[in-house]
Amino acid sequence: MLTQALELVVALTAAPLFLGWINQCRAWLQNRTAPSVWLPYRGIRKLFFKDAVIAQNASALFRLAPYIVFGTMVVAAAIIPSMGTRLPLTTAADAIALVGLLATARVFMALAAMDVGTAFGSLGARREMMVGFLAEPALLMVIFVASMISSTTALPAITEHLATQNLALFPSLAFTAIAFTMVLLAENARIPIDNPATHLELTMIHEATLLEYSARHLALMEWASALKLFNYACIGFAMFVPWGVSTGTDGPASLLASIPLLAVKLAVAGAALAIIETVSAKLRVFRAPEFLAVAFLLAVLGLLVHLLLGA
Amino acid sequence: MTRIPFDLQLLNLCAALLLLLSFAMLAQRRIVVMVNLLAMQGVLLFAATLLLAWRTGEHHLYLSAALTLALKVIFLPWILHRLIRRLQVYWDTEPLLNISGTMLVGLVVVVFAFGLAQPIAALASTATRSSIGIALAVVLLSFITMITRRKAMSQVIGFLSMENGLFFGAMSATYGMPMIVEFGVALDVLVAVLVLGIFFFQIREQFDSLDLHHFESLKEDP
Amino acid sequence: MKVLAISPLSICLTVLALWCFIGLAGLLRPRSLKFVGRTLFPLGALCGIALAVIAAVSLAGAPETAILPIGLPDLPVHLRSDALSRFFLFLLGATSSGISIFAAGYFRRGEGTLPGLLCLQYHLFLASMGFVLLADDAYAFMVAWETMALSSYFLVTAQHGIAEIRRAGFLYLLIAHVGAISILLAFGVMQGGSWQFTFDAMRGAQLAPQAATVAFLLALFGFGAKAGLVPLHVWLPEAHPAAPSPVSALMSGVMLKTAVYAMLRVSFDLLGHAQWWWGLVPLGLGLFSAFYGVVFAAVQTDMKRLLAYSSIENLGIIFTGLGLAIVFHGVGMPSLEALALIALLYHTLNHAFIKSLLFLGTGAVLHSTGERNLGRLGGLIHRMPWVAWLTLIGALAMAGLPPLNGFVSEWLLLQAFLFAHEVPRSFVNMLLPMGAALIAMAAALAAYVMVKFFGVIFLGQPREAGLAHAKDAGILQRIGLGWLALGCIALGLLPTYVLRALRIVCTQLSGAALPNANAPWWLLVPLPGRQASYSALVLFLAVATVVLLTMLSVRLLYHRRVRRSAPWDCGFGRLDARMQDSAEGFGQPIRHIFQAFFGVERELPSPFDRKPHYRVVVADLIWRAVYAPLEPLVQSVANAFAWLQQGRIAAYLLYSFVTLVVLLGLVL
Repeated sequence: MLTQALELVVALTAAPLFLGWINQCRAWLQNRTAPSVWLPYRGIRKLFFKDAVIAQNASALFRLAPYIVFGTMVVAAAIIPSMGTRLPLTTAADAIALVGLLATARVFMALAAMDVGTAFGSLGARREMMVGFLAEPALLMVIFVASMISSTTALPAITEHLATQNLALFPSLAFTAIAFTMVLLAENARIPIDNPATHLELTMIHEATLLEYSARHLALMEWASALKLFNYACIGFAMFVPWGVSTGTDGPASLLASIPLLAVKLAVAGAALAIIETVSAKLRVFRAPEFLAVAFLLAVLGLLVHLLLGA
Repeated sequence: MTRIPFDLQLLNLCAALLLLLSFAMLAQRRIVVMVNLLAMQGVLLFAATLLLAWRTGEHHLYLSAALTLALKVIFLPWILHRLIRRLQVYWDTEPLLNISGTMLVGLVVVVFAFGLAQPIAALASTATRSSIGIALAVVLLSFITMITRRKAMSQVIGFLSMENGLFFGAMSATYGMPMIVEFGVALDVLVAVLVLGIFFFQIREQFDSLDLHHFESLKEDP
Repeated sequence: MKVLAISPLSICLTVLALWCFIGLAGLLRPRSLKFVGRTLFPLGALCGIALAVIAAVSLAGAPETAILPIGLPDLPVHLRSDALSRFFLFLLGATSSGISIFAAGYFRRGEGTLPGLLCLQYHLFLASMGFVLLADDAYAFMVAWETMALSSYFLVTAQHGIAEIRRAGFLYLLIAHVGAISILLAFGVMQGGSWQFTFDAMRGAQLAPQAATVAFLLALFGFGAKAGLVPLHVWLPEAHPAAPSPVSALMSGVMLKTAVYAMLRVSFDLLGHAQWWWGLVPLGLGLFSAFYGVVFAAVQTDMKRLLAYSSIENLGIIFTGLGLAIVFHGVGMPSLEALALIALLYHTLNHAFIKSLLFLGTGAVLHSTGERNLGRLGGLIHRMPWVAWLTLIGALAMAGLPPLNGFVSEWLLLQAFLFAHEVPRSFVNMLLPMGAALIAMAAALAAYVMVKFFGVIFLGQPREAGLAHAKDAGILQRIGLGWLALGCIALGLLPTYVLRALRIVCTQLSGAALPNANAPWWLLVPLPGRQASYSALVLFLAVATVVLLTMLSVRLLYHRRVRRSAPWDCGFGRLDARMQDSAEGFGQPIRHIFQAFFGVERELPSPFDRKPHYRVVVADLIWRAVYAPLEPLVQSVANAFAWLQQGRIAAYLLYSFVTLVVLLGLVL
């Protein structure tokens, strides 16, 4: 219970910082000065004070969607074992339900984008669903491989199993780690799929769904996007870098110790993301399915290698 | 899961990486990158042979590893790079199928190879018997690479990759081939590459390009 | 002969007979819409509820049999009610009651067939489906099956004045009968030489393995034709749009499930020892149908065709589960077999509710606006809020989102696939987990299709000026829609109760049972040893709590001020409703990615056209590849037999004489 609450608090507060850190790393690589790492916080706070400007024909779904998206992301953060595996809420939702929660957020974002009835909204909705329909099976396959190694689909159990293995090289996990990174880049609208800083509407995928939002709705959506990236990073840690997580038999001290360890993991992951983003170029929209098909293929290959080699 | 010794885990990792490289070669369009991938396959084979030599203590495997390093990592890629520079062929952009289709076919082939390998692995007696499936898959994938390409250069690289797969298969099934056979095969491959290099110049003289679909104009009209 | 005492079976039979009477009562005043609509259809709905209740209450009971004194001289009608029949009767009753209530408010004057006739055909359809579920011998089964096909044919061609609808009805009848022939042949093989066509005889018959295989494949062909498995699916996208919406809902929601029931009955009950490799056929066909259906659904521009293809997809998923269950049964893995069976039965129930809800929603839209074409709808959430919000529940459920019911069955099926690699057969254990990948992709595409469906119809701006006069649904229609939506929510939030019922069905059907898990009522734990659990209620409450807390805190800490203005137009200034995505536009990425599946014909405007013209036709490649070559073949065979029709009376008398002589020779 304590673990659960702590994870939630850390996720909510640290997610914008993670974004700021990635921007900082990108600026270092591009030899320019970054804005402050605390800028995302200031941005979200500023948005809450503004008046919401809503299109004339937007329905209640448009106003409700940000809350639902935010809610699902928060609940998702609560069921990912980023710091500890004693999470009572995970008996209600295993890894497949986690993927389902992420899908719910995506569907509501797409529906809200279509609600206003402009060309940009439906463009964003269509592209977001296109990326989603290829990324979701790849993510499920990655989880499948981890589940087959641990004989369970509950994420804390997977983490515990993989963390307590003697240091073994799992080639199948190596494959799926690459696939997972590609899915992370696609789902969180990072280069090479989507440019999070773009202002050109015709190249947007994720941003186009947020185009009509303002004030507190936009604040919630932005926070939810930051939470989504944080969640994906933590899912990756849970499956591929599970050491340092406080497992069921450890005491509360290990929980406190896992916080700086998580910070280190996030720092490294953020730097790696920044490097990948700086080195790659944004793909054409119709190369994105090829990119994701490669990710899907790698995940299936990992599955086959696991079945053949037993590792 | 039973505890697998560390060197066997490394061997498994080498096998898996070999498979990954074969897939990457299947999807590559830049010929220079394909040669580099071939060199990396050679490095993996060298590492795997060394590991196996250390594990089993068979001395001829050390020799085999040295031969692999000299031939597959240094000499052959050097020759191929020289050929590429002289023939000025850098891209192979029109494969038979598009990339997604090729990858899908590759996946089916891998499933087929793994399925075949499961009963065979039960019969073999070496420690690395589970890698036979991967070796078979690499051979078949290289075959597909050869089939789906149009430039002669990429077909040669596919052929060399197939030889890598055969070598890995021999190693994992029977701890390497007799030294005479290995020397013979290595010499054959070397000669083949040199002869093919000469052929490429002739082809280019004749057709002004290394695109193999020009060969179709050679058939007689009925 | 058994005496018909007061037993659950007799109550079910009474309900079915009541349906027939209600249908016949429609003939009393065939033109009176008020009588038919306000009295008879609600009565039919009440009967449906009664059927559902009695089936649910008696689910755990022992199988009952009855023999009715009608039928052939030495083959009276045998009826049998066991857990499987009762489950499907529950499905029939619960879904049809919602659809009947909706239909009560739906049928309007001047649309082809008279209301009284429609009432007769509709209730005969319901009753015949009930009899299919209860039949215990081949004759009763085939009579009920044929009645089902015929009554639905008349319902499909209710607006028989339109040539397209007649054509769709003909295609439907044709494929239904091709399937029926195959089913007859299957029964013929299954009786195994005893020439007794009761199901009991078939259960006891010891068939040679090849004969059993032939029977299984024939049954799969026949029932697959009814269920819409590729390549026998071509009637579905034609018949469902042609039929009135309540009929489409009934066909898609319930009739396709009778094929599933029959397939289950044949595979697990009548053909006792199923061989494991049989399962690979429905598995492969099901996966292909699922993928095919959803990819085609993504590019449709007619809302009912989209839902029809989506039905093909879901039936494909159900048959995949069936194949998986047979494989597990054949290799002797009972708990996984039970899991697969439960997943497919749950999905059947879910799909019945979801698809009926969606079809009824489209019916309401069609009634209000007169448009079936997605390119002429839009923005209806403002004019028709009830229909929109209730259909949203259906769309979210179809997309497989937690905490609704579509997710539960998908979760169970994925769990079954997850442990499929333990099957001790060399290629199969690698191919089965990849089947999970295809299922996951089909589910993700289904979400895409549902966003397209709901977004293009209800969200955005109206694409036609006439949509401003759309009116929301009437009270009866709202009750029907609400009933089905409530069903979806209940099935999603309370899966443990459904699981309890399904475990009984499973144990009675094939003997496989899920291990008992001591879990609380709000937690779904199918396989206790595997640490996988799911609780829709807790998840829903968690999300709802967070949403409410966020709303409250935003309100308390900040403010709720809102200003309305025009949407962002990028400085263009002249954005209108026609610039939103049309249905083709939304499906364009799918059409681009899966080009190989479609036969696409495009006419693009050139820069020099004075009247630019854009046309894209997406055709079904299977139609071209399989059916188009068949047609000249059938024609030539028919022509070859045409010489039998001499036109001379002497020739026909000669045929009768020859037949009489042959029969006399055989009998004497």
